[in-house]
Amino acid sequence: MKEIYLDASNGTPLDERVLEKMLPYLKEEFGNPSSLYSLGGRAQEAIENARKNVSELIGANPEEIIFTSSGSESNNLAIKGVMLSQNKKKHLIVSAIEHFSVLHPARSLSRLGYELSIVGVDHQGYLNLAELKNALRPDTALVSIQYASPEIGTIQNIAEIARIVHSAGAILHTDAVAAVGQIPINLKELPVDLLSLSASQFYGPKGAAALFVRRGVRLLPQIEGGIQELGRRAGLENVAAIVGLGEAARLLKQEMSENNQRIIALRDRLIEELPKRIDYIYLNGDPKNRLPNNAHFSIEFIEGEAMLLFLDQEGIAVSSGSACTSRALKASHVLSAIGVDAALAQGSLNFGLTRYNQKEDIEQVLEKLPPIVKRLREMSPLWSHFQKTGERMVAGPGTDYEHGEDNEQEK
Amino acid sequence: MPLYSEKVMDHFQHPRNVGEIPDADGIGEVGNPVCGDMMTFYIKVSPDGKTLEDIKFKTFGCGAAIAVSSMVSEMARGKTIEEALKITRDMVAQELGGLPANKMHCSNLGADALRKAIEDYQRKKYPERKNEKK
Repeated sequence: MKEIYLDASNGTPLDERVLEKMLPYLKEEFGNPSSLYSLGGRAQEAIENARKNVSELIGANPEEIIFTSSGSESNNLAIKGVMLSQNKKKHLIVSAIEHFSVLHPARSLSRLGYELSIVGVDHQGYLNLAELKNALRPDTALVSIQYASPEIGTIQNIAEIARIVHSAGAILHTDAVAAVGQIPINLKELPVDLLSLSASQFYGPKGAAALFVRRGVRLLPQIEGGIQELGRRAGLENVAAIVGLGEAARLLKQEMSENNQRIIALRDRLIEELPKRIDYIYLNGDPKNRLPNNAHFSIEFIEGEAMLLFLDQEGIAVSSGSACTSRALKASHVLSAIGVDAALAQGSLNFGLTRYNQKEDIEQVLEKLPPIVKRLREMSPLWSHFQKTGERMVAGPGTDYEHGEDNEQEK
Repeated sequence: MPLYSEKVMDHFQHPRNVGEIPDADGIGEVGNPVCGDMMTFYIKVSPDGKTLEDIKFKTFGCGAAIAVSSMVSEMARGKTIEEALKITRDMVAQELGGLPANKMHCSNLGADALRKAIEDYQRKKYPERKNEKK
């Protein structure tokens, strides 16, 4: 059975060409980049070349790129690094739909005497700008807003957010892990101060990521004890992975727009066709202004893990925001923030396409998912209640069925 | 490593006794869709009031929740009420070849749903008993 991978938000496949560039650094070119002899020098050169490629992908200067081990590390470094370098300003702001690698360090800081404000989003996941303006204070040091949601796909208006944040004298970090490599980002024009990205999200290897830190922004290192990354992130570099990150960035600079034309066509087929084949299915996020590879649905009366397991039996790999699929057994905080009813959120499925997906992959989903939904609904007490009475058994706070139906009409 | 044992996957993919009993003698409902799992059990009791002649269930939930419901229905079907009331969560998990640790509490609700269905039956059949107990 062919495996159909549709879980890009949890990592993309490694590009063969990237792997080829990495291999020498796992074999004969094993030198420590800090060593002074030629072997070390060649490793150093490889890293600097990768830095150049990454900076060119996002319109940064090479010295503004700090290599890290993961998007989570980049986010931690940004949040803690900026806040802990502040002398007087003790307030930070994040959005309610941030990744946990932003939310958790922000909460940790709030327990250490810093003050945290969390700004909400609207039904499509857009940051509430009026709320942001209200939350900004003279002592606000940092605002961190995700560039685009890996879950619901919505792309924020970061330029407008940057304008608001800067006019209040604060620094803006954006977690662009889901966005870099999927959509063009040019930091020459976009005045964000820090930006996180990760190779694992754009056909590079796991274990290599970066934090862009604009010249002049102060940052307290979180890993100390070495001169690597100009002292901003100590530790022997993961040379092969960094080389892979650089090569993946170089390739995407050339290929992104071509990739996206194909991916968007496939993604739109899912968005248009699934609601024709399944009743009571709701698209989350902005129908248009979303990551090219993202389609995220809530399917009513059934639970996500059960769908995911049946899809897995058909060789289809997707993720869900249901409580059962999370280690913490809590439904997605992102869905809750956009007002999706807690019961409905259990039936969510996240499709993340990659450039390796073919038309047949999407046709397989369109063929296999509807009978799975039917089967699970036949087992569901919520569905039988709805069939008999025409009423939902539960409709908790924030129930937003009307919004979902609006979405459907737009298509 | 697979998330679930083979037995869990078997019961998840081929759940036994799914459905409803329109003239059920007892109905038990546990869980909450907000938490991710909800089960409704229906029982039919023999005229002598001793045996669970038929059990059906409907479950909203993850793979574990569906497998647990199916397993409980199989374990209790044809048993006496006395025997059925002895079925515990741990016994169900054991019969399924184990459950992931984080599913032991939230999804392993089948035995509770069955007990509620039996209690519902007893309440309907012997309304006076409830008062005696209290």
